[in-house]
Amino acid sequence: MTQRIVTDVAIVGGGIVGSSAALALRRMGLRVVLLERDLCGSRSSGVNYGGVRRQGRPISQLPLAQRAHGIWGRLPELLGTDGEYIRSGHFKIARSEADLAALEAYRDSARDFDLGIDILSGARLRAQCPWLGGKAVGGSLCMEDGQANPRLVSPAFALAARRAGADIHERTRVDEIAHDGQFFHLRAGNTLAVRSQVLLNCAGAWANRIAEQFGDAVPMHSGHPAMAVTEPLPFFMHWSLGVEGGSVYCRQVARGNLVLGGGPGRALDADRARSDRASMAALATQAIELLPVLRHAHFIRTWSGTEGYLPDRQPVIGPSRTTTGLFHGFGFAGAGFQVGPAVGEVLAELVSDGRSTTPIDAFGIGRFAHTPVVEPALAH
Amino acid sequence: MTSTPELQPVIVGAGPAGIRAAQTLAAHGLRPIVIDEAARAGGQIYRRPPAHFKRTPQTLYGTEAARAAAVHAAIDGLQGRIDHRPDSLVWSVQDQQLDVLHGPTQTTHTVPYGQLIVATGATDRVLPVPGWTLPGVYTLGGAQVALKFQGCAIGSRVVFAGTGPLLYLVAYQYAKAGVEVAAVLDTARFADQLAAVPALLRQPAVFAKGVYYVAWLRAHGVALHSGVRLVRMQGDERVRSVVWAESGREHTLDCDAVGFGYALRSETQLADLLGCRFAFAPLHRAHLPERDAAGRSSVPGVYLAGDGAGIMGADAAEWAGELAALTLLADHGVAVDAQRANRLQQKLEKLMGFRAGLERAFPFPEDWAAQASDDLVVCRCENITAGELRRAVANSGADEMNRLKALTRVGMGRCQGRMCGVAAAEILAHATGRPVAQVGRLRGQAPIKPIPIHLVPADSPTHEEVTA
Repeated sequence: MTQRIVTDVAIVGGGIVGSSAALALRRMGLRVVLLERDLCGSRSSGVNYGGVRRQGRPISQLPLAQRAHGIWGRLPELLGTDGEYIRSGHFKIARSEADLAALEAYRDSARDFDLGIDILSGARLRAQCPWLGGKAVGGSLCMEDGQANPRLVSPAFALAARRAGADIHERTRVDEIAHDGQFFHLRAGNTLAVRSQVLLNCAGAWANRIAEQFGDAVPMHSGHPAMAVTEPLPFFMHWSLGVEGGSVYCRQVARGNLVLGGGPGRALDADRARSDRASMAALATQAIELLPVLRHAHFIRTWSGTEGYLPDRQPVIGPSRTTTGLFHGFGFAGAGFQVGPAVGEVLAELVSDGRSTTPIDAFGIGRFAHTPVVEPALAH
Repeated sequence: MTSTPELQPVIVGAGPAGIRAAQTLAAHGLRPIVIDEAARAGGQIYRRPPAHFKRTPQTLYGTEAARAAAVHAAIDGLQGRIDHRPDSLVWSVQDQQLDVLHGPTQTTHTVPYGQLIVATGATDRVLPVPGWTLPGVYTLGGAQVALKFQGCAIGSRVVFAGTGPLLYLVAYQYAKAGVEVAAVLDTARFADQLAAVPALLRQPAVFAKGVYYVAWLRAHGVALHSGVRLVRMQGDERVRSVVWAESGREHTLDCDAVGFGYALRSETQLADLLGCRFAFAPLHRAHLPERDAAGRSSVPGVYLAGDGAGIMGADAAEWAGELAALTLLADHGVAVDAQRANRLQQKLEKLMGFRAGLERAFPFPEDWAAQASDDLVVCRCENITAGELRRAVANSGADEMNRLKALTRVGMGRCQGRMCGVAAAEILAHATGRPVAQVGRLRGQAPIKPIPIHLVPADSPTHEEVTA
């Protein structure tokens, strides 16, 4: 028995992008059906590091990140929960004078966006972060950036969308998508058939299958962040930490555990990934170097997920090159959590108004029209 | 004797299953590596005291003395013929290499394997009771370990509570050791035990032992109550009494320690990390790694034996360990006694009837979740209560264990769900009105047990290299 639904917008993928698009569309009064093959927010959106930072993003992403920043500030009002979101400060560490200069250059180039970046070094650095290892020579602090619990936030967007009237189908794998020139027809096994005028492709690392089908193939590859968490330690650090040039990132949650990430995990199969022995070792070494207090802490759990990466490490956001009514929002290169809620709103604007109030030209799928497929670097 | 020097299987766990597996492999000319967390091989039920301890096997193991001695003799007889690595925790696995933490030297290394016998055993199945986190409250298995390995009792006036064969065995061992056993409180009804007699008689010797413990305890004035409901354990800095209900009436019993548990649960994380396929096993009320009758898992080269693949007890573990070894050998072209393998399979299959009888005699208290109050702490690492779990279900529609974990932190602490996972699944099943089979299982993730960050080894191309 197949359930047949006619709707305005069908969304494939219940991550933070798809779910926030569903919520935004409902707030505009459009009918929405969202199909998620697993549980909403159970993939990359729900298992990532939980950094909510604007600092360090490409300048092209800052309008989106600023818009998201406003949404993050209204989470309780929007979702009925704060998802453990706090503006704890994000501190990007420099391990050399050159790194520090790069951070200063970033501060200057982002000046128009009012991120409130403060460069620390020397005595001020040691005074403000006594827990920092000797390798750090300085850093860039963005006090209004922060962190959240992705396990809570991403499912909460889906729940809020559902409460707002979105028709959300979890554990529903889309087996077939067709377009008859006017409508999209989605089929999940023989249980569900959806007809819609608009289709949002928010399928994360798996979005290229849909893009390909509509002649929008992009050179996307999967990446797997190596993540680990320690046992709870006495609370000592408010900031979420990153390092200029990549490597390790970490934050301490209110409970006391440190959440750490850095380096690539490994795929178990097309859908699942795990942290990797080599990455864990590198993570351990770098974490101890950064935060010597961690030396005798224990890792109690490691994990990974599957993320989509495009060669320029920018996402694809916007209309299909080929098919009217199809919009993409995927490929966030491991940095989609903070901007996700804004991307949802942008997609909703594209659906309802045909344009977004936030500049997204840099993310057009057209940039790959003639790009040969290249292996991206997966450094974090 | 067949010599196959290229074959060096690795056995994880040196309890009855691992020891018999090692013995069997050694008997066929192999020199297996046996990795075990304990300082001395023997496993839990036959846990060996430190070498200088003076108490005899008879005192330590009671009616199990002969079997314990036989298992210990088996491992002792393998000296020099196996590569036994005690004090070694397997905390992860990747690329056909086990990650091992050696406790005494605080070093880590990897051990490559081609064939692996997973004999990881079991721990207590815990169903929390109000007050269960008070000092002085132990699991039955923990109480037994204290007695055997540390030579001390958990208290001077002890109550044993819960259900399962271990309940009476531990009470008996404590009483034999001279500890005052204030009472044995069994949540199973006497009628359950009576109804199970025909099935239990399939193993008359084992049944007789059970009857003997009960009779001995009774004869020595230990109060035995069945069909009880544990209400709470009370105390301030330490447990000082247990409250239980029988026929609707509450009773309070003073004590300074409690041993409790509801039979055992399998340690399955290694099988999970190895990629073994799992299925729900109704008899065990748990998701377990699948194995065929000969002991093969769903992953080529990986064999499963003993309680780690389903609680069947120490005797079955010995048979399953030997059988897994014979299967492994046969799978690799070594000539084995096929009749012996068949006989072991038959013995194991026959035991299923007895095992079903045990479930009948000591049924899982299926009403536990319904009776758990909202303020009951289910996950002690993260201090998560039954009420928080229920609220998460009500507020989010969570109907699966990993989602419940994500939303509430249940099973996210140091034990990674080993202690709280069973109870959390029961609460989730009850809250969603579905059978526990349908709420899934917590996904295993490395490390199997916490590992000090500074000991995580670099990924070295040279095996066996100590990297710490």
